[in-house]
Amino acid sequence: MDFGLSKEHQMVQRMVRDYAAKEVQPTIQEQDRVGGMAPFIIPRMAELGILGITIPVKYGGQGMDYISLGLVSEELEFIDTSLRVVISVHNGLTCLSLLQWGSEEQKEKYLVPLAKGEKIGCGAFTEPGAGSDFAHIQATAKKDGRDYILNGEKMWISLATAANFAVVTVRTDQKTDQAYQGLSTFLVDLGSPGITRGDIHGKLGVRAGSTGWINFQDVRVPAENLLGEEGEGFKVTMSAFDSGRYTVAAGATGLIRAALEASKSYAEERDAFGGKISDFQLIQAKIARMSLDYQAARLLYLKAGWLKNQGVRNTRETSAAKWYATDASFRAAAEAVQIHGAYGFSDEYPVERFMRNAKGAMIYEGSNEIQSLIQADYALDKRRDKKIRRELPPYDHQTWT
Amino acid sequence: MKIIVCVKQVPDTAATMAVDNGAISWGDAPLIINPWDEFAVEAALNLAADQGGEVIALCLGKEGETEAIKHALAMGADSAVMVSDPALKGADNVAASKVLAAAIQKIGEADLVLFGQQSVDTDTGLLPVQTARLLKMPSLTLVSKFESVNPDDGKVQVLRSMEEAGQVVDSSLPAVVSVTKDYGEPRYPSFMGIRKASKAEFPIWSLADLGIEMPSSSIAWPEVTEPVQKEIVTEIIEGGTPEEKAKSLVEKLIAEKVL
Repeated sequence: MDFGLSKEHQMVQRMVRDYAAKEVQPTIQEQDRVGGMAPFIIPRMAELGILGITIPVKYGGQGMDYISLGLVSEELEFIDTSLRVVISVHNGLTCLSLLQWGSEEQKEKYLVPLAKGEKIGCGAFTEPGAGSDFAHIQATAKKDGRDYILNGEKMWISLATAANFAVVTVRTDQKTDQAYQGLSTFLVDLGSPGITRGDIHGKLGVRAGSTGWINFQDVRVPAENLLGEEGEGFKVTMSAFDSGRYTVAAGATGLIRAALEASKSYAEERDAFGGKISDFQLIQAKIARMSLDYQAARLLYLKAGWLKNQGVRNTRETSAAKWYATDASFRAAAEAVQIHGAYGFSDEYPVERFMRNAKGAMIYEGSNEIQSLIQADYALDKRRDKKIRRELPPYDHQTWT
Repeated sequence: MKIIVCVKQVPDTAATMAVDNGAISWGDAPLIINPWDEFAVEAALNLAADQGGEVIALCLGKEGETEAIKHALAMGADSAVMVSDPALKGADNVAASKVLAAAIQKIGEADLVLFGQQSVDTDTGLLPVQTARLLKMPSLTLVSKFESVNPDDGKVQVLRSMEEAGQVVDSSLPAVVSVTKDYGEPRYPSFMGIRKASKAEFPIWSLADLGIEMPSSSIAWPEVTEPVQKEIVTEIIEGGTPEEKAKSLVEKLIAEKVL
């Protein structure tokens, strides 16, 4: 067993850490106040290859492994959650779904420009009336000749107004025994007639990010844009979550580290009762907990990444990593605010932003209540991974680079 | 055009430095490329792209401490050479310059030898000049811009940036140049470059490979102490109006000879 990162991983970590610290950190607090994603973020991430990091070179990507994807997510969310959300949505939900389920033609047509960062992708799954209860989504697609006609609304979609393509899951069959059996997933060009979209304002957190809605009104989508087969939409979507949740878990780990670093720094400079507050045991207990959570969250996501590299199903491990890291990140951020006292209540310091940003990840990509149920089912032997037609490919250095 | 860029690994600039048993210690801080050297690598890569040619990263350090060389390779350097020998432990910059000069001569036919302007650990900024003297090459320090480079005519024109003036300097080639941060932001290593660098193989030369004995050091550090803690006194400037406060502040600054 080797717990060390390779030189390659360390260099990836440092490169992204330097980028985010130099180019995003100086303006992120102000961008969070103003709201919306700064226009330079996505083009620069594309230019640096971050948007195709874990996609084989032959499909336009950088050919790095799944551990690298986790490390990049951690480093980006160390600075701000909005950066990591780009990775979760574009790389996790979209690119990796295409890598797993796409035909060669779909990979050539969609994955290559996405991995190169020439086009941006998003995952459109959640609806105004269906989040955790995903099997009961209402959006539909009906076959019409060689096309499908999509109708419905998707909500809480990150990058909704920034993306060119969306992976969209809708209902194609109303008469199945189980609701989840009637779903199908499509690749949709968001420039298609009948699509309207907009941003959601007034969010608690991730204010420097892009979150919106997409409405489909008689949108014609060619049958060749089915991702997977008709009726496989639930499996395609759950696979997408296995990829997306992994980046959420790794990112939340970065947020714990950010809260920990900010707390250490403040506690070592703040005087009270004749000493530094870092000398007080109640403050030390909070910092110790953050440190423990950081280490535990990191091990959980790295194990999930290692399983992905081996091509082993990791729904259980990824769900556990996401649940643990996101709960811990909110706890760490809230304690960081507490350590900062009244200053923590002000946006003069970053910790209030960390706390607002941390909350969302406890809800999206499967609420932590859903993660809890998943873990219970595994623990009680009520759930076993079933073989699916297409697994996420393992990392293969020879063929990926 | 052959450009040798000298790089050094140093403790992470975020590390806390302390004096431990009479020696400076950075604890178990990770090693990184000397941040000043990144500007030199950037300049070397741009010159090679403009003129054609190759960039060779040269590093003196412990075997296995390859962070600086791998970073330079990941940025785009074509190849690298490491000089490592147990006898080099504790070498001062006079000794280091002699070893580097021998390595540069062994690589041979360099048109330019680039350095960062200084290293963040020892901060002397002397190595480029000392190495130039040993190589009998012109020394161009604090260079922020290459105005023109003509290897065929053996000429280079650079802009030196000093605190209060810029100076355009013509020189013959080959030359040794130290590059400042005013040159422009260094590129990040690319993912492709990182992959290439992580698997790159490069020669590791000992002093015997260079055909030299360990040069004697001229400097020793018999005692190292923590910097004296300065007492900081905070004073609130009183006054009824902003103008009165400003007047009071100016008077105090004049009294303290700050103004």
